Amino acid sequence: MPYLGVFESGWEALLEYLSAHVLTCLVPAFFVAGAIAVFVSQAAVMKYFGAGAKKVLAYSVASVSGTILAVCSCTVLPLFAGIHKRGAGLGPAIAFLYSGPAINILAVVYSARLLGFDLGAARAIGAIIFSIVIGLIMAFVWRKEEAQKANNPGQLALPQEEEKSRPQGITLFYFAILVGILVFGAAQRWLITGVVLIVLGWVLYRWFQKEELGYWMHQTWDLFKKIFPILIAGVFVAGIIKALLPQEVVEVWLGGNGLRATFIASVFGALMYFSTLTEVPIIRALMDLGMGRGPALALLLAGPALSLPNMIVIARIMGIRKTGVYVCLVVVMATATGMIFGNLIL
Amino acid sequence: MKIEVLGPGCRRCHDTFERVREVLEELKLEAQLVKVTGVFEIIDKGISLTPALIVDGKVKFQGKVPSIKEIRNLLLEAKA
Repeated sequence: MPYLGVFESGWEALLEYLSAHVLTCLVPAFFVAGAIAVFVSQAAVMKYFGAGAKKVLAYSVASVSGTILAVCSCTVLPLFAGIHKRGAGLGPAIAFLYSGPAINILAVVYSARLLGFDLGAARAIGAIIFSIVIGLIMAFVWRKEEAQKANNPGQLALPQEEEKSRPQGITLFYFAILVGILVFGAAQRWLITGVVLIVLGWVLYRWFQKEELGYWMHQTWDLFKKIFPILIAGVFVAGIIKALLPQEVVEVWLGGNGLRATFIASVFGALMYFSTLTEVPIIRALMDLGMGRGPALALLLAGPALSLPNMIVIARIMGIRKTGVYVCLVVVMATATGMIFGNLIL
Repeated sequence: MKIEVLGPGCRRCHDTFERVREVLEELKLEAQLVKVTGVFEIIDKGISLTPALIVDGKVKFQGKVPSIKEIRNLLLEAKA
């Protein structure tokens, strides 16, 4: 019964994940993501995307703000279109579009846990650096058009600045505590985690209102409900891939850290659609079957940022030519990063 | 009064829509309440972050689910 075997492999993968507590490391990350959605002022971030914003700031903020803005908004495409047409321009818009899915806190934590700390870190750092590089190249290629736009700046609608209910330092401290719980929990230092938890309790009691806390829990639970089922499905699919895909095929096409394997991984990642976080278990399955670490990073970098359906939407926003160049840049950059990572760093 | 709730159909957009409906019922206000879910339509209205709330063509909130209180104040103001 080959069909039953395939199903069983998916099921086994699922049980293994749940029992090995691979997913428990995500629990604190869900709380951090929920906290970002509730307590970080988007207006504060968005002002760096306006038409008059300094370029250096616009690029740097764009490359990291996916962490914040991707959790706040259900889709980043309107914001991408806004930055491109009415805001800081093509370069920062591209930087934002590319880095967003790769540096969200859940994706980084999950990649580090499942694929190894080095791959998780390489993914986050690679996404930030190359989002800026790709943005700069795009802005350079279309510099004339961008210069014209600069003479006639649009108005990016900014969300209203909200009243602060506590000193900014406290909010920062609160986020530092949450990240501390995430890190010490992952390192299984239970004593320190406990101490930090007590500090968190005190900070919440002293400076936070009950209503805000309720909304934080609500957001966290919402994110969990949205992402967890997709993740379970992804793990299941990854198990099935492991059973169906012959090991020799993976070894021949994606094995090692060679140029061909890395390039194939990049192209595959660019075309394939991965739902939030599902790229991680699928890449893990491919690595178990013999995919090299360089190609794995290339797939991680090209995968979530691009897919056929989202290429079509992007093409409608900024035109086919720009989209074509963008896609080629992503594939080339992902391949280059994968090669560097696979051959020089490891 | 025309009220538009913009968002691709995620949970937060749904919450916003329901809250506006609740407040309209509570205040017994007559209004045209519509959902805008198309990504390009949202972009054309100049919205960057969803969910967003537009009242009579003016963007009132974006990137957050407004609280019942905020919606109530907004609608009372718009009516006056």
